[in-house]
Formats: sequence, C-alpha cells, structure tokens
Amino acid sequence: MTALTHFRTPLLQTPFHARTAAANVLNRWGPWGGYMTALCFGDADMEYTAIRNGASVYDLCPMVKYRITGRDAAGYLNRLTLRDAGRLSVGGVQYTGWTDDDGKLLDDGTLFRHGPEDYLICCQERHLPWFLASAEGFEVEVAEVTEEIAALSLQGPCSATVLQAAGFDVFALKPFRMARFPFAGGEITVSRTGFTGDLGYELWMEPGQALPLWDHLMQAGAPWGIRPIGTDALNLARIEAGFIIANMDFIPAHQALREDRARSPLELGLGWMIDWDKGPFTGRRALLAEKEKGSDWVLVGLDIPGNVSAEGSILYYDKRAEAGIVTAAAWSPALKANVAIAQVKARHATGENLWVEIYALRELQYAKLMVPVTVAERPFFNPARKRATPPGRV
Amino acid sequence: MPMRSSEVIVIGGGVNGLACAARLAAKGRKVTLLEAGAAVGGGAGEREFAPGYRAPALAHLTQGLDARVVEGMALERHGLAFHPALATTVLSGAAEPLLVRGGKTSGPDTAAWEALHRKLSGFARVLAPFRQMRPVRLAGENRLFGLARQGLGIRGLGRGDFRELLRMVLINVHDVAEDELTDDRLKGLLAFDATLGAWLGPRSPNSLILYLDRLARGADPLLPKGGMGALATALGRAAEAAGVKVRTGAQVERVLVEGDRAVGVRLAGGEEMRAGLVVSAMNPRTTFQKLAGAAALDAGFFKAVGHIRARGAAAKLHLALRGAPEFRGADPRSRIVITPSSEAVESAFNPVKYGEVPGAPVMEAILPSAHEPGLAPEGHHVLSAIVQYAPHAPKAGLEAARAEMLENTLKVLEAQSPGLRGLIVHAELLMPQDIEARFGMVGGNWHHGELAVEQMLFNRPTFAAAQYATPLPGLWLAGAGSHPGGGIDGAAGWNAAQAILEAKA
Repeated sequence: MTALTHFRTPLLQTPFHARTAAANVLNRWGPWGGYMTALCFGDADMEYTAIRNGASVYDLCPMVKYRITGRDAAGYLNRLTLRDAGRLSVGGVQYTGWTDDDGKLLDDGTLFRHGPEDYLICCQERHLPWFLASAEGFEVEVAEVTEEIAALSLQGPCSATVLQAAGFDVFALKPFRMARFPFAGGEITVSRTGFTGDLGYELWMEPGQALPLWDHLMQAGAPWGIRPIGTDALNLARIEAGFIIANMDFIPAHQALREDRARSPLELGLGWMIDWDKGPFTGRRALLAEKEKGSDWVLVGLDIPGNVSAEGSILYYDKRAEAGIVTAAAWSPALKANVAIAQVKARHATGENLWVEIYALRELQYAKLMVPVTVAERPFFNPARKRATPPGRV
Repeated sequence: MPMRSSEVIVIGGGVNGLACAARLAAKGRKVTLLEAGAAVGGGAGEREFAPGYRAPALAHLTQGLDARVVEGMALERHGLAFHPALATTVLSGAAEPLLVRGGKTSGPDTAAWEALHRKLSGFARVLAPFRQMRPVRLAGENRLFGLARQGLGIRGLGRGDFRELLRMVLINVHDVAEDELTDDRLKGLLAFDATLGAWLGPRSPNSLILYLDRLARGADPLLPKGGMGALATALGRAAEAAGVKVRTGAQVERVLVEGDRAVGVRLAGGEEMRAGLVVSAMNPRTTFQKLAGAAALDAGFFKAVGHIRARGAAAKLHLALRGAPEFRGADPRSRIVITPSSEAVESAFNPVKYGEVPGAPVMEAILPSAHEPGLAPEGHHVLSAIVQYAPHAPKAGLEAARAEMLENTLKVLEAQSPGLRGLIVHAELLMPQDIEARFGMVGGNWHHGELAVEQMLFNRPTFAAAQYATPLPGLWLAGAGSHPGGGIDGAAGWNAAQAILEAKA
C-alpha cells in the first residue's frame, strides 16, 4: 500500500518557487489552482508601479493548461469554443470562451495555435471532464499539461526592452502572436499576451528552464527596475484593463449551485466573441434564442465618485430597487478614478438613476455611502503602447 | 433550401415507425418510411430459422397494441386479429403445474392472488393514461389540463388506495411477492413477469413499476392470428393504405444537416433523400451518435446520449421440433413460464452482473405452432422462448456464452418436458449481442434503452429529447427508446406523431 502523504502539503509549489519564496519577504501566499501563489512580495504599490512604469514578472504556472492535438483539433475547438479556431493562424493566440448546452459560460481563456493540429488552451478553472466529453466523435487527443509547462508573465512598458536585453528580440511581435527563441540549450515560447492591459509578454518553457530563465531575466532587467509581483498588484491592473475572472466576476456554469447564477457570454460582455457563422457549437442554439429574446443581465464598467472601492457592493435603481452587484472595484492609480465592474439587470445597462451603496469601514465604524454611478467604457485603462508594433524602446 | 415540413422521412419500419408514419400520413403529410430490412415489422416480424420452420423474429407475444393505433390505423380491417388471450402455466420445479388466467388461479393463494391482481390492475389503470401523453417536464411548458386530469384520476383511487400506490410504486417486486403471497409458483411468476426484458432482478429497486407498466399495456398476453408476422403485415398494409410510401432495403447511413437543421438522409448506397422533417424510430443512441453525429449536437447532450443505459439480459430461443413437446400436462396453447420462485429469478440474474451465464435460467415459452399449424411441417412444432438472464457482456466471449446458455436452457426445459431434447431438429439461441446485430437494439435491450424508473417519462431517452423533439431542429424521435418504451405496442410512435402534428412547423 502506498503511504498517503499528499495532505501534508496541500498546496503544490511552482517551478519558480525557490525564487519567489526567497523574494517574498512578507511571506504572503494564497492558493490558486492547487498551487501556492504570492499575493504580495513586499509592497503592492511598488509592484503595481512596476506593471505600469517598468517591468514586472508574475508566476503564471498555476494557470490550467490543456493540449489539444489530432486531425480534428480545429473542428473540435470550433464545436467547443465560441470563436473560429480554424481561422486562428499557426503562431497566433485567441482570447476565447466556452459554454454549456444552455449557452452559459464555463470559462474564458487563451487559445494558442502551435501547429495545424496542435493547440494549447490556458484557463482559470479545470475542465478535463467537459473537454473529454466534448471529444466524443472527434479524432483528437486532449491532455492536461499544467505541470509540464512553466509560465512567467513579463508585463510593463519596459518589457520588450528587457526581453531584448535578455537576448529575445520581440520588437516585431504583434499582439496575440508568439515566437520561439533558443534558451539554455533548449527553446522557450514568447507570446505577446497578458492580463494587465499593458505592453507585455508571456514566456512558456519546460519546468527545468524556469529557474535559469528567472535569474537571466532578473539580471537583464535590473536596469529597468524589474520586480516580481503578486496577485494583489495584478488584480488592480486587470481591473483597470477591465478583464473578468472566473469565480470573481462570473460563476462558471458547472460550479454554480443555484440555477439562476450562471451567465451567458452575451451577459458578460463577451458577445463579440461569438462566431455565429462558423457552424454548430455547444450552446449556439441557446445563445441564438437569448439573442432574439434579449438577455437578463449585462456586465458594465462603472465610474464611481469618491475614492472608496465599491467591491461587493449592491447597486440600486433609484436608491431603492436592487439592480445588480459590483464584482470587482478599485481606486485606479493610473486613471485617478474609482472604477468598478458590475453585473446589472439588462434594463439598467445605461446606468440611468443607478446608485451604489458602499459600506466604508473607518476605524471600526461603517460609513454608509449611497452614490450615483455612471457607466464607463471598458477597458478603463487602454494605453497605445499595448498595441504599438514595434513597441517603444526605453 | 429546406423542404416543407409536410414532407417527412421516417427511419425504421418497426411497430413505432409504422404507427408514427401512418398517423402523419393520415393527417396529410407526405411520408416516406425507410426500412433497412427486407420487410417491415422490426421486432414483430417472422423468420424462417430452419428450413420449413418459421418463428417470431423476436417478440412472440404482445400485451396488446395501443388502442389508438389499432383504431387509428384500422388494423382489424387490414387483417389484425388475436387468438383468445393466453393462459399461463407456471412450471416450478417438481410442484404441480399451476394455471393462471389474469387474477384467477388455484391453490393456497387463490384469494390472495385475486386481491393482488385487482389492486395492481387498479394502479395500472390510473397510470395507463400517462403512456399516451407526452412526458411531463419538471420545468417549462406542460399541458396542465391533461396533467390535472391524470392527477385527478390517481386521486380518484381514494385515500387508502392512493397511499398504497405511493407506498408501492417504487418498491421491488420481490418484497411485494413476500408480503402478499405464500405460493412460490405465484411469487416466481410475479417476479418473472415484472423483470421480463429488463436488466434487473426482482430484488432490484423499482422492479414493481415494470409490472404495473406491463398491466397498463394490456391485461393479458396476446398472439396475433397468423402469428407475429401477420401483425407486421397488417401494420405495413395499414401504413400504406394511409398513404405512407414504404421503402425496404433502405439503410440510412446519415442524417443530413444543413444550416443547423436536419434536411434529409443519406442511404448506404449514397443516395440522398431530402425532407422537411426526419423522424427516427431507431435506437436513440444510434440516431444521435451514428446518424446525426457529434458536430451537429451540443456536447452536454451528446454525452447524455452516450450515458443512456442499454443492457439487454433476455436471450431468445427458437427450437424446431419433430413432434409435440409435453410440459407435464400443460395446455400447449398456454404461455409456459418456468420459474421455481422469486429467489430463482434473482439467482438467475446474479451471474449476468459479472458477465456469466446462469446455471438455471428462467423463461417464458410458447408453441406458436400449436396456434398456427402452418409454421412447421405437419406434425412438427416450433417452440419460442424468452430466456433470462443472458449476459450482455459475457466474460467467456460470445460463442462460449451462447453455447453454455443454450445448454443450460435446454437442461431446464428437459427437466419440465422429459424427452424434449430428442425432438430437436434445429436450435437457435439469440444472445443480447445477436439481437443487437439483427435488430439494431443497442446492448440487445428490447426497449432501445433500459426501461427503468430513472429512464422513464421526462428522462427517456434523455431529458433534452424527452418530448420526441430533439435539440437538432427537424429531427424527431419516435421509437421505443422514447416514452413510454417498447413492447410491441406503438404508443411511442403514435405519441411522436401527435407531438409533430402539434408542433408549430
């Protein structure tokens, strides 16, 4: 009989752990997908500043990854996901999503096309049973490869320059494209993707390359103030960028216990993803019916007066009737604005006469604020450098 | 360009396919029925299994066709008639043979059997109307009026009987036999009839409801005049008279899908036929997995289809005999049920869970040639038996299991009819796999998906296709895999036609 000891180490360590643990002077960790992940290394403000003004690295290893290969890979992904995976060219990346039969979102993620019959999906939640069930009738292999690939996100206006200093010339790389570079006797993949809404890249490698690459990047990036960042700083950046996260801004349909909690891509501002003309895909009939009938909910960006973050607050129409909930909110240092992402009932999409009730905790006393909100375009923060090719050298 | 929904293709010429096609044609739809075999009838046909000997292809009795089918297709005008209902002779080890006719019997349990039969028949009577309804949904659109009427029907039982129905509806039949009877012959008969054609034993949960369903289909087992083949012929003639264009030898290979709609079929030879609606009276799993294909269906639905349980546990025996067999004085025109006790039925079920063949199977045998002398040469006979339980996935392999099953079956028969083995000219035993190969019944299950409580009503064959419409527009189901199941009855096909006629377009 095998001795069971897994419960002694309930959280796994990523291939970067030796370095992230050494840098984490606060010892602030949180769980993410079964791994230990740094929430903050020392100073969240400095980490956020690195994202927006210098270069930051974030350990992405816990991101769940599935490799899809085989003759029907494109057809399989077209049936599984909302966008046309067949039209994604080799070397390209697609931000996409997938739903259940009822058209309710299961997750969103990024789809990488490494070859004509070779794709990689990266996402927040685990979906192997669903992906395998979806494979019935298709000639594909679906394999979870989360532990086989180490990933590091390098984000910030100096990220391209840091990569060049490290020997990886990514200046020609357009957003949502990827390239391979030799490193330490092997190769790594660099994609121009990220979760900060800024200029940035994600580096994909074998776990054995993780520590040498970390050391190499930190050394090469030192002149630009490169620093590891934790989830707290990243979360602030992603709110500014207007990105949503499973189990924070929506409940994946397979996890929702209450029937009315699942949301469709149309209700989450992802309607633009849906390729109605690519042929049948799971959820299409339900989504088409919803499109004709109208959605119940809508995801909106909000601008809120004052500087108290409205996270988790309830939205009211005319200060009285409940109209929705704030799923993410922050005071944005880049915009000097109090922004929020919220789910509201579809009839309140314009934000007219919409109010938010914020409980501001001030030294053990709540101050109850009822303030009017206005609907704001997402992304809230959308710098030109995010898209510029080649990006500026700094 | 999709064709008008007035043009319909029905796939499968079994009882349900014919019933559905005939009803649609009678209502003015232009219906083409495609049957892969050489003749219509499906499980209700007749086959020469040895030179000069004809036996029912699969089913050898019916509890009676759905009354709407008989009347709506004017089947009597097309030659359908039944012999008087068959009595049952129970052969139970060395005990005296026991004659049972409905609620009437003899022996120590005469009164108890009559009371039990009356009670269960009463329950069956209030449940029977559900067989003719589109299954209700837990949520969404229901025909509340019809539902309310059935609900009142059940409440009409009176408080005591209503409580008794609720107590018993999901009970196992072995407990009922133990509670109400003392005679092993009757306990064995009750247990056998409840589990006939099912993949469960008398002690399995919910086994009584199958007995109620059997009674709801009809009070007594019936044999058509002219044999089961005559029933198939009458259905075929009635369908054609209603305007159905019947094409035999037409095996459908694919349902054609264009613009998210079923628009026709492709036959094995490559010929394509187009229609406004495609109605499959075939197995639901075959319909979705092989004919429609994964790409046209949502992943959750496709997965659910793969999970439809379809294990067959009934083998079919056909014996060509050079003389009349003698079953301890039993009327040769009766239905002979060899079942020593309820425990014996359970014991015969146990081995199939492990892919093994039971040592002493239980069975229902009839002598079709005793009713229809033309089925065998002068003085010769044909014996047809449903033998339970046969493993659907035999560990020893199909050939070895079939040989063992045949030997064990003949041993049981020989014990009740000494000398029978010496009369055998030819023996044919169809294992569940053989039945699957010959009749397209997945797993060899007669009902095209096990008839069990969790696969009834709104869960038959699977939630999203439970009301005959499927998630793929233009594709409908009409076979035994849909509510209320099979049994040479036609209700599923008739209900499907009704749903199609009521659909908007």
